[in-house]
Amino acid sequence: MSREDYEVVMGLEIHAELSTKTKIFCSCPTDFGGEPNTHCCPVCMAMPGALPVLNEKVVEYAVKAGLAMNCEIAENCKNDRKNYFYPDLPKSYQISQFDKPLCNHGYVEIDTKDGKKKIRILRIHIEEDAGKLNHDEYGRGSFVDLNRAGVPLIEIVSEPDIRGPEEADAYFKKIKSILEYIEVSDCKMQEGSLRADVNVSVRKKGDPKLGTRTEMKNMNSFRAIQNAVNYEAQRQIEVIESGGKVEQETLRWDELQGKTFSMRDKEDAQDYRYFPEPDLGMIHISKEYIENVKKTLPELPESRKKRYIEEYKLPEYDANILTSSKYFSNLFEGAVEKCGSAKAVSNWIMSDITGYLNENEIEPEKIPFTAENLAELITLIDKGTISSSIAKKVLPEMFEGEEKSPREIIEKNGWVQISDEGAIKEVVAKVLEANPQSIIDYKAGKDRALGFLVGQAMKETKGKANPGMLNKMFLEELNK
Amino acid sequence: MNISRDEIIHISKLARLNLTGEEIEKYTKDLEDIIGFANTINGVDTENIDESITATEQSNVFRKDEVKEFDDKEALLSNAPSMEGRNVPPSKCFIIGR
Ligand SMILES: [Zn+2]
Repeated sequence: MSREDYEVVMGLEIHAELSTKTKIFCSCPTDFGGEPNTHCCPVCMAMPGALPVLNEKVVEYAVKAGLAMNCEIAENCKNDRKNYFYPDLPKSYQISQFDKPLCNHGYVEIDTKDGKKKIRILRIHIEEDAGKLNHDEYGRGSFVDLNRAGVPLIEIVSEPDIRGPEEADAYFKKIKSILEYIEVSDCKMQEGSLRADVNVSVRKKGDPKLGTRTEMKNMNSFRAIQNAVNYEAQRQIEVIESGGKVEQETLRWDELQGKTFSMRDKEDAQDYRYFPEPDLGMIHISKEYIENVKKTLPELPESRKKRYIEEYKLPEYDANILTSSKYFSNLFEGAVEKCGSAKAVSNWIMSDITGYLNENEIEPEKIPFTAENLAELITLIDKGTISSSIAKKVLPEMFEGEEKSPREIIEKNGWVQISDEGAIKEVVAKVLEANPQSIIDYKAGKDRALGFLVGQAMKETKGKANPGMLNKMFLEELNK
Repeated sequence: MNISRDEIIHISKLARLNLTGEEIEKYTKDLEDIIGFANTINGVDTENIDESITATEQSNVFRKDEVKEFDDKEALLSNAPSMEGRNVPPSKCFIIGR
């Protein structure tokens, strides 16, 4: 049997750091960076007698995420202690939620090659992050930094509805995009503010029973998830094909070696002895509270996509890409509002801007110019101030230069298009005089000669002549 | 209430305790007594009584999302096992042995 005879079944547990100003149970700042152990207090350092108090924004943001992912919001929920010993966890327990999470039973929709698909969400709960350990390469011990300890997280747990690495990728990207739209998390994957635990199992196609799953923790890049799942699925299939049994265990993905490794301490890994957190009370969420949070929800990607197709008559493919990121979508809407040309804005984002981002491996959130800047560029082309070939030279300047206004960039570089009739006439005359053979060729019926002449005139003006006017004037002269 | 030896061994492992054979015997018996005593609460009639989940009656005790820096940061690190940094100037990480 081969890979094609198996189905890969996956579930994702996504951890997203919430972008609150302070930690979940104390008033320490959550800013990234900062000298080790300076964003700390007796609560997040677990000094005896220190008591946690829940940050109200954490509840609000988690409810917001729940609503955006079509969850039921629990009327009553509570916090629980998850007990385990690890040096990055100073209390030796993590305050999390066990049997009564804040949000239950939601879903998000992803696009697959067979159309739309719902991925169900089992639950979303709130919890605190752990600190950071840097292991000393000389074996002297581990360096402990508790600045991240107590930073609020939500954990979004999917049902095992995901089939294969492509769907996992689409799902992870959809969750990231929603969290960005509703502005509850920065989703900076490099800083670890968005990461996923990935469960993988395989089963023969048509088998109703799920296979034994393995879990890979703390994956924080789209590529790593793809590679890890591909590797792990293949490994499990080989184990089964050779008559073995897949062991339920936690694995570590090594991106450099492209392999998964067993993390060994699996025997008591799952026994966290949860119990209700005695230092915190219940959380009651009223219908009124939910309604108020609902009012703060921005328009979500699915609805924007529909609107782009209906209102702006964009193809679904374009609408998909434009709404895949809040940053694209806001750039698009902002620029359309200013210049009025949805198709032109969409084309610029889809081709030149995306091309630049891909080539330079830049994320959409790092686009350094505003929607107004982009609108101005398009207006300048529409008005004939610059040709589209000059505009393609302006865009990299907008990415790289100090000056972000296309008008200023064009003026500074002397790129204004020549649309002055007298000036164009002069160039045409000059080019005709220098190329008598082309005139003979054109009169002999070789249309290509016209293109050559226009090209020469563009060269003469360093691409600044208005090509439409050039064409027209050459024709007038040649047909005299 | 029956507590098995294996259960005690498992719990002691979770608590990172190394128990001697004698201690395992003793704690098996002790824990049986403790759980047995706690179980007397199961005899209470809880018909018509709402479930209570937390120890406190209070609910929705929240804090505003406003930064307040703790000012005695040196004190926080004063009982760290070691502060010998690998960096110059020394980093504010503390070290735990392996
Ligand atoms: Zn703190």
